[in-house]
Amino acid sequence: MNRRVVVTGLGAVTPNANSVDTFADALQQGRSGIRANAQMAELGFASQVAGVPQGVDAIAESYFPEELLRAMNLSHRYAAVAAVDAWTDAGLEIPGPDADPDWETGTVLGTGVGGMDTTAERVVPFTSEGRVRRLGSTAVEQVMASGVSARLSGILALGNQTTTNSSACSTGAEAVAMGAERIRQGLASRMLCGGSEAASPYIWSGFDAMRVLCRKFNEDPEAASRPMSGSAAGFVAGSGAGVLMLESLESAQERGARIRGEVLGYALNCGGHRGGGSMTAPNPESVRRCIGAALADAEIGPTDVGAINGHLTATGADPREVEAWADALSGRPDGLPPITSTKSMIGHALGAAGAIESVACLLMLEGSFVHPSINCRDVHPDIEKWADSIPHEVREVPDLDIIIKSGFGFGDVNVCLVFRRWNPGRS
Amino acid sequence: MDSQEVFEKVVKILTPYVKNQDALEGVALETHILDELKVNSARLVDVVLEFEDAFDIEIADEDVDSVETVGNAVDLIVSKLG
Repeated sequence: MNRRVVVTGLGAVTPNANSVDTFADALQQGRSGIRANAQMAELGFASQVAGVPQGVDAIAESYFPEELLRAMNLSHRYAAVAAVDAWTDAGLEIPGPDADPDWETGTVLGTGVGGMDTTAERVVPFTSEGRVRRLGSTAVEQVMASGVSARLSGILALGNQTTTNSSACSTGAEAVAMGAERIRQGLASRMLCGGSEAASPYIWSGFDAMRVLCRKFNEDPEAASRPMSGSAAGFVAGSGAGVLMLESLESAQERGARIRGEVLGYALNCGGHRGGGSMTAPNPESVRRCIGAALADAEIGPTDVGAINGHLTATGADPREVEAWADALSGRPDGLPPITSTKSMIGHALGAAGAIESVACLLMLEGSFVHPSINCRDVHPDIEKWADSIPHEVREVPDLDIIIKSGFGFGDVNVCLVFRRWNPGRS
Repeated sequence: MDSQEVFEKVVKILTPYVKNQDALEGVALETHILDELKVNSARLVDVVLEFEDAFDIEIADEDVDSVETVGNAVDLIVSKLG
């Protein structure tokens, strides 16, 4: 069985928007969600800017009862809000406590780091102080890696596979590929897929210590995330959640759901920490193979790609990534289609990044635009020859049909997704 | 603090955990916390921590074993308040 997989619902909680509609607007406007972060400054971080979703607690309080709120850390809250939004966007009712499980719907909801805020603020101090019983009953469900997907199953009565994947910065996009595969295989009708990452200095401190976070723009936060720029100085810590309701085409058509796009193909691989790859850097050969495999899976060629939403984090890896794209899509007369980085506006949401950025891809396909990649008017000299492919303002692309999205994570892991605009007249 | 005040505070602490709102409306000393109010048994440890904080008392794990009804909880707390 190899069923077609479509997208019937979207949810997003991001540093520059806390709903899908406002996210679409923020993308069009090129609105940065990066702000000065007082906590990072107080704790002596070199990088003192971050992307943190605003107003999420108020939304969560309007969605969920008190008992549930008390058991949800930040990663759960972001994921749960985005998942409920994706669920209702897909035209489904929130099931009551007495409803039967929906055996045909599951979730792959990933996280890169997980409940580090709970670990740091409760588990470690309470345990170290000999006050273990003060942890109460909710610590385990907040620190277990699968807690975030289990939470969604409880809220939405999901009866199909419920799991949490983790592959560092590839996580959110990997979740989409994993869920799509399950639907293709005929093992589920619907899969809620995506990723969530909390905003916590305890998640970000290790990255600051590695000197990979941007520390040169503390006085100008909105300029700090500069993918593909010659003055890029590291990535900006981000957070949030993105969730896509994937569904078999048959199921979506049967229930008359609004189809927002199609998952045309995908590929996953790893560079094996060889050939230039390492725990923190991608093996260029594996990147090219991953892109090539995704194109092959989607049964499209390089010239079919209408736009690229890259991994593009604003580190020294960006020029290598752009070169890899040009290589993988070689043969195009224009060199490269428009290439953009959602991270320029929201920073790097780690395990949530690939999911939030996939939501951005669907919104761009629906709206026939490529969002700006802000803060890179000074394009990095190594990629100067593709400078025209980088939109600094929103670019209207009326015939935009296919966007390709990648994620390249620590661990030398890669994912590549191919999304296509939904056109009911096309077979 | 008299028993009625303790009862009211106990009910207030239990309220967010109650799954059966009808039982909560008619809550009395003999109301069973798990069977009638349908409080998730895993959450009882959180309820006990809240009792400790609200009444500034300490409740041993073995004390909790005897608590089945709202009245059992009230009696336990009153005995600790001594």
